[in-house]
Amino acid sequence: MQTALPAPAAEDIRAVIAPHLALEGPLLPMLHAIQHAFGHVPETAVPVLAETLNLGRAEVHGVISFYHDFRAAPAGRHVLKICRAEACQSMGANALAAATLAKLGLDWHGTTANGAVTVEPVYCLGLCACAPAAMIDDRVVGRVDGAKMARILAEAGA
Amino acid sequence: MRIYVPLDSAAKALGADEVAAAVLAEAAARGIAVTLVRNGSRGMVWLEPLVEVETAAGRTGFGPVAPEDVPGLFDAGFGTHPLALGAVEALPFFARQTRLTFARCGVIDPLSLADYEAHGGLIGLRRALGMTAEAIVDEIKLSGLRGRGGAGFPTGIKWDTVRLAHGARKYIVCNADEGDSGTFADRMIMEGDPFTLIEGMAIAGLGVGATKGYVYTRSEYPDAVAVMRRAVEIARASGVLGDSVLGSGRAFDMEVRVGAGAYVCGEETSLLNSLEGKRGIVRAKPPLPALEGFLGRPTVVNNVISLATVPVIFEKGAAHYADFGLGRSRGTIPLQIAGNVRFGGLFETAFGMSLDEIVNGIGGGTASGRPVKAVQVGGPLGAYLPVPHFDTPFGYEEYASKDALIGHAGLVVFDDSTDMLGMARFAMEFCAIESCGKCTPCRIGAVRGVETIDRIAGGDPGAIPLLADLCETMKDGSLCALGGFTPYPVMSALSHFPDDFATAKAAAE
Repeated sequence: MQTALPAPAAEDIRAVIAPHLALEGPLLPMLHAIQHAFGHVPETAVPVLAETLNLGRAEVHGVISFYHDFRAAPAGRHVLKICRAEACQSMGANALAAATLAKLGLDWHGTTANGAVTVEPVYCLGLCACAPAAMIDDRVVGRVDGAKMARILAEAGA
Repeated sequence: MRIYVPLDSAAKALGADEVAAAVLAEAAARGIAVTLVRNGSRGMVWLEPLVEVETAAGRTGFGPVAPEDVPGLFDAGFGTHPLALGAVEALPFFARQTRLTFARCGVIDPLSLADYEAHGGLIGLRRALGMTAEAIVDEIKLSGLRGRGGAGFPTGIKWDTVRLAHGARKYIVCNADEGDSGTFADRMIMEGDPFTLIEGMAIAGLGVGATKGYVYTRSEYPDAVAVMRRAVEIARASGVLGDSVLGSGRAFDMEVRVGAGAYVCGEETSLLNSLEGKRGIVRAKPPLPALEGFLGRPTVVNNVISLATVPVIFEKGAAHYADFGLGRSRGTIPLQIAGNVRFGGLFETAFGMSLDEIVNGIGGGTASGRPVKAVQVGGPLGAYLPVPHFDTPFGYEEYASKDALIGHAGLVVFDDSTDMLGMARFAMEFCAIESCGKCTPCRIGAVRGVETIDRIAGGDPGAIPLLADLCETMKDGSLCALGGFTPYPVMSALSHFPDDFATAKAAAE
């Protein structure tokens, strides 16, 4: 069960986005910085970004919700991304993903009950000649079979 | 002793970091002085992690190396050993290539400017600094270079448009959102030879009058982002980037930007919107980005490989590059051989090779050992080609004439266990997930496409002509290639592999 942490305050958000103010087209770098700092893009970020960049709150919400990477709530302690794209499919990714989700009792984007791992789909890690591929946090893994996946899950505490 | 262990993502995904640690630990334990170089990948992924050692006789390779193999390699003095490959460049997969863009990848330390210059780096930029903008663009025109992202638009014409455009501020935007399944050339060059991309962008800047560059990289490539960012810092510190490029008084600098998980942001106008901090919605053209691009200003948007090929064109001359190839497809193309294939990796060669030669001759057929059923060329929006079409020479017009596309030159091999109806369904599903939402044929069509294919799978005969009709609408009515080209994988699967679509129908009857 996720323990709800207090949402970051407006001044925390402002501190995180400040270094990016001078960039041309700063919103995506700001959103990446927020998610990197807090594990998600909290609702409290929307009015801060809107005010800072002189955008409407709806527009900021529109940008955040467009991109698959940005999370509205924190993920589990680890994020496991399993590639679903064609090259990985050619090497059994569908069966690997189905078995992994079944083993954890999850659907895509689900988090294990102990909060250890969130499983997400990803569409291409550029590891197409050593498929099937996955990424656990920022670490890439290739030629993933049942045994390798079991090790990844065990290390992540799933 | 100089030992190379790649830092390339594919090598890392197969244990290269653990091998590197084992090498250092073993060397320390034995009191052997070792210089560890984390190089790019040589592109022979079935041999990764591929460890190379500098000997008096030259460099010799070993692979695929696991951490537990390391003590044995030291015991053998990195000489005779079951994993010994000899000189990597003499291996058939490597020896048959024509490496122009990828000449340095895997050879040098990607973050050593000295190494870069010792292998021909910056010769092109130095030459370009002595040329007029018009002459720079002419050189690109003469080379015959066409956009390697997939559209194949003549790069020289694009640069000329930006050169002649009026605007106080112009940009070079590098499209490093390599989202196509089966492709990894952009990733490899950013990780293995980042300075070549930097040099190419700087030359482009000189050619069109741009002083700022952006590399828009997909977030799914964290290692490439890290290496590129480090390379930019080094280039800036060494005066290759900044207010005075190589002391010329001419300015060019660049930033690495990161996407956020949207495939459509590989489309140039969607990318520009994303770079501006907006939703990655596709823009109508005209206006062309060359005239109204980033922030409404004249912008060159080019793929990584297009820009990374610029230095060698200036180093060796346009004619040298143009001499390779066939028809209107000049120069070399880095083929990315992927999927269910025995020898997968990066194979740079002149245009003109047949798919049979690529898949069977070089790729060695399937990894599973089962017969090849189809090859998808050009990414998720590319056609599935059956074995009878494997004689098609690799080239832009040559593939177009077969209702196929070469795209970014990724090739994904499938064996006979593949359900082509499932692949067609995935094409529609992927389009629905990644659609920017602006145009109805893509946004709605992709969803209906999944439903229609499910109806076919359920045995509904009327759904097949409906699918074909839907595909025609998506092809003719979509704003960009996401909706517009999804019919390629779908209709090629349907027309070349009708049995996979008929079985469900027959079973229902």
